[in-house]
Amino acid sequence: MIASLLSFIQQHLELIYIVILSVFLGIEVISRVPSVLHTPLMSGANAIHGVVIIGAIIVMGEAPADNYLALVLGFLAVILGTLNVVGGFVVTDRMLEMFKSKSQNPNSKSQTAKSK
Amino acid sequence: WNFLPIIYLVGSVTFIIGLKMLSHPATARKGNLIAAGGMTLAILGTIFLYRHNGERLHNYGWIFAGLLIGGVIGVLAARKVKMTAMPEMVSLFNGMGGACAALISVVEFNHMISVPPEGGIISTVIKAITDTGPASLSGRTLIILLGLIIGTVSFAGSMIAWGKLNGRIRDFAFRGQHIVNLLVLGVSVVAAAYLVAAIDNHVQPELSAGLELRLQADGIVRWLFYLVLLLSVVYGVLFVMPIGGADMPVVISLLNSFTGVAAACGGFLYNNPVMLTGGILVGSAGTILTILMCRAMNRSLKNVLIGSFGGAKTGVA
Repeated sequence: MIASLLSFIQQHLELIYIVILSVFLGIEVISRVPSVLHTPLMSGANAIHGVVIIGAIIVMGEAPADNYLALVLGFLAVILGTLNVVGGFVVTDRMLEMFKSKSQNPNSKSQTAKSK
Repeated sequence: WNFLPIIYLVGSVTFIIGLKMLSHPATARKGNLIAAGGMTLAILGTIFLYRHNGERLHNYGWIFAGLLIGGVIGVLAARKVKMTAMPEMVSLFNGMGGACAALISVVEFNHMISVPPEGGIISTVIKAITDTGPASLSGRTLIILLGLIIGTVSFAGSMIAWGKLNGRIRDFAFRGQHIVNLLVLGVSVVAAAYLVAAIDNHVQPELSAGLELRLQADGIVRWLFYLVLLLSVVYGVLFVMPIGGADMPVVISLLNSFTGVAAACGGFLYNNPVMLTGGILVGSAGTILTILMCRAMNRSLKNVLIGSFGGAKTGVA
């Protein structure tokens, strides 16, 4: 079993490089987020992992027409994945909209200027 | 010439830029829109340009119906929700993503071990193998199981977190719960490892002998797979149940990064770089964000996750 897992790693070496680099990139990219943005960032990240919808579309699109289990589960997966993507981005936008109306008053504007 | 890899590259870059912009107040909203644009592009590209062994996708009616239903409900739910109820909405959507990843694993597993009517060549398994060579089956099983376990835990946990935030579920803990938790997790990991080994043992010798593939362990293998699914649900519920309501945002953030990893499993399954980068980025950024949130609340992650058991103990005593 070890041997076949090792050869699995060798076959997917490129993807494994991407994984390792992405781990460090993800840490770097958000390491300086101010605490007011914690919840919107969580929500935005939530929408981004909705990219799993692509897998659901592939499952649905490859399901044989006579395999009802695959059709039904794939259909359900597409609905749930879309909910994740669409709902996630819309909720994040609403959270940040709230933010913008706050930062339009002069006080907080000067704050953002300071932080720059 | 296929444009899909380029679309996926653009999608991955928009996710990185989107996350970066989301972490600055001035650019946050634009960052969200950029990531959303990249996502739309990746979804449309997959629907129209995806090819597997030269075959394009079918069942377009189902795909568009699913997108439409999910999209309409998603927009309505996200627009109607009160500002105060947003964290629980995030938890709900996160659970949907986890469930999506788990469903993909269920379908792909059944696809992998499916035994067609007698006499025929076992086309599905053969197809999976000729893609990347024989050894891929056990690796594939491992990835499918990882996606199943992480996605299901995230789904069950998010549902409990959602129920707690809107007051439908109250904190619940019993003595020695952390031992039960570890036991449940341990059993499902052992079952998963056994499954990978079983599929490896059954397939490899027959394949190398040039014989027709047939998974004789079909019955027990399928049974074990659903046992892992069940145990993951139980673990997800038990994991979130004892944690206090005030700590829920931290837990949701943690489950969020779980779902990211589950999505990345799909990236391995389909050799799909945009799923991989999107998922892993959320997985690592989400983990750091969880730690930052704890720090902002003056707590340690360990306290949030384990301290709850201590609190329960004093409650009992």
